[in-house]
Amino acid sequence: MARQYLIGAALLIALIVFPVVSPWSTVILTVALCEGLAALGILVLLRAGQVSFGHGLFFAFSAYVVAFMAAASFGHEVLLLVPIATAASGLVAALVGLFIVRYRAIFFGMLNLAISMVFFSLLEKLFSVTGGADGKRVPRPTLAGMTLERETFEFWMFYITLALAVTAALGVARYLLSPGGKALEAIKSNETRLEYLGVSSRKVLYGAYLLSGLLAGLGGAIIALVSGHVTPELAYWVRSGEFVFIAILGGVGGVAGPFLGALMFQIIRGYAAVHAPETWHAVLGVMLLVIIFFAPSGLYGLIAGRKRKSAPKETAPKETAP
Amino acid sequence: MPPEMLFLAALDGLAYGSLLFLVAVGLSLIFGVLGVLNVAHGSFYAIGAYVAASAVLAAAGMGLPTWLAFPLFLISAILVGVVVGGTVEALLLRRIYGKEEVLQLLVTFAVFMILEDAQKVVFGTQPLFANAPMNWLGTIEVFGIYYTNYQLILIPLVALAVLVGLRLFLRRTSFGRAIVAVTQDREAAMAMGINATRIYLFTFMIGASLAALGGALSSATTSLTPGIGSGMIVLSFAVAATAGLGRIEGAAVAALMIGLGRSAAVYFAPEFDVLIPYLIMVVVLLIKPEGLFTTLQTRKV
Repeated sequence: MARQYLIGAALLIALIVFPVVSPWSTVILTVALCEGLAALGILVLLRAGQVSFGHGLFFAFSAYVVAFMAAASFGHEVLLLVPIATAASGLVAALVGLFIVRYRAIFFGMLNLAISMVFFSLLEKLFSVTGGADGKRVPRPTLAGMTLERETFEFWMFYITLALAVTAALGVARYLLSPGGKALEAIKSNETRLEYLGVSSRKVLYGAYLLSGLLAGLGGAIIALVSGHVTPELAYWVRSGEFVFIAILGGVGGVAGPFLGALMFQIIRGYAAVHAPETWHAVLGVMLLVIIFFAPSGLYGLIAGRKRKSAPKETAPKETAP
Repeated sequence: MPPEMLFLAALDGLAYGSLLFLVAVGLSLIFGVLGVLNVAHGSFYAIGAYVAASAVLAAAGMGLPTWLAFPLFLISAILVGVVVGGTVEALLLRRIYGKEEVLQLLVTFAVFMILEDAQKVVFGTQPLFANAPMNWLGTIEVFGIYYTNYQLILIPLVALAVLVGLRLFLRRTSFGRAIVAVTQDREAAMAMGINATRIYLFTFMIGASLAALGGALSSATTSLTPGIGSGMIVLSFAVAATAGLGRIEGAAVAALMIGLGRSAAVYFAPEFDVLIPYLIMVVVLLIKPEGLFTTLQTRKV
């Protein structure tokens, strides 16, 4: 437990200080936080043993909500846009969830993928509404009523995102310790027994799905504001796959994992853009395989889990000795 | 709507459904035997298409006769299935049988990411177009509209041959029966002297070859661009899930349903043609969560 907080606090301090030291990094770090939020949503589902290859749907949906609202000069205000867009993607998650929580494992993953691909195709095809493959521009909105220059806007957006990410991470940590979160883990280990206890596994998973949709939506809303542009690519399977990659890379052991993973992902992306621009998804694929086979608990597990893993082994013989 | 239109849509749907069947049946076969949903299946389709198109273009460049394209399709499909599919199974999938389904999904997803980029490196990102084999077979006139014999006759015939061939192979040959035996009870089959490891490898190669064959046949009808594999994996999953994973004859019915549904949409509501396959799948899964042709299994505590 102490280690968890230590890692979280160290990460947080590094994130607070970094943009002040090097202002060029604010946008990259904000993007990392947004992807970390979406990956946090994936982590919630992974706790239930489910994986979604379609969270780009929620990410893109709220990004497009922001784009439409900002273009319509209705609610031209960050403090209004972000909650509304997040709530909108939560609504989509509530609808999709009704259908999707009936399924597990393969079906769960692939149906998410299918739905997000449908949304992606619609974004591309309905040119007159969505702007097709070129997407839509997002005019910079006001922040708490103030019209800010680009750099000031980016600076403040980073700290707002950081505050939101910390709140979200603490909220998720709290949720995972709550009875609902424990029931979520039981879906992974033995769903039938969970139902014998009188707990509806569908309801439990529905709650988790809603939460993960909201988290992805929050990330998508902010990324639309910071990048000032939305494209159908936000809903593409590659994007959803990146979220899964980040969650696995960071590790699902603690809520700091996805953010660690997202920062690492940005570093990998930076290097890959220079050294392997054509094949960098292949690089991700290879890394994913390496993590799965050799470090299944991810970066977080490498930092936090080493002691914890060896502890039960030491105590086990003592218990059986008498 | 005029009845001829409906008929024409049905003909289009037949060709499209046949292609879909070839890919989906491979996915379904692999799932039925190995218990792994192969997310990289779309890549086999794409690589099959690229290899076949490159082979056909190379053959044309050497001045060889056009009919040679058809054996080339078959050869490139088998080549892709054996080389790429065999490598993936032997190196990776073998380590994850019996593990969590999520882990299996992630591993094949990683393979998918790698293969998608690999095919860009090998075949480039420029659109590839090799329609000589389709033109060589000529056209046929139906209600005043010209259809290519290739799409109207050849592709459905190949699909039918695969369906009948697979059925006979699984029921009549000793190797096919060994596959069925391993599917039903791996341990008992191994006790009878069946080499399950080999069965898994060959099944995966067959499944991958079928996807590659679908790709090879499609290469003559459209221009190939990066990303065709990702569309195909979700579509073929839609077909396999609608039929019930692991159902071979069911996959044929579902592929035809989805093919017909989609071509009807192309005629009557073209913006929504991408939606139709998934709508069919969602409706089927809402009513029968395990798919059309699967019987419910009891849950184990």
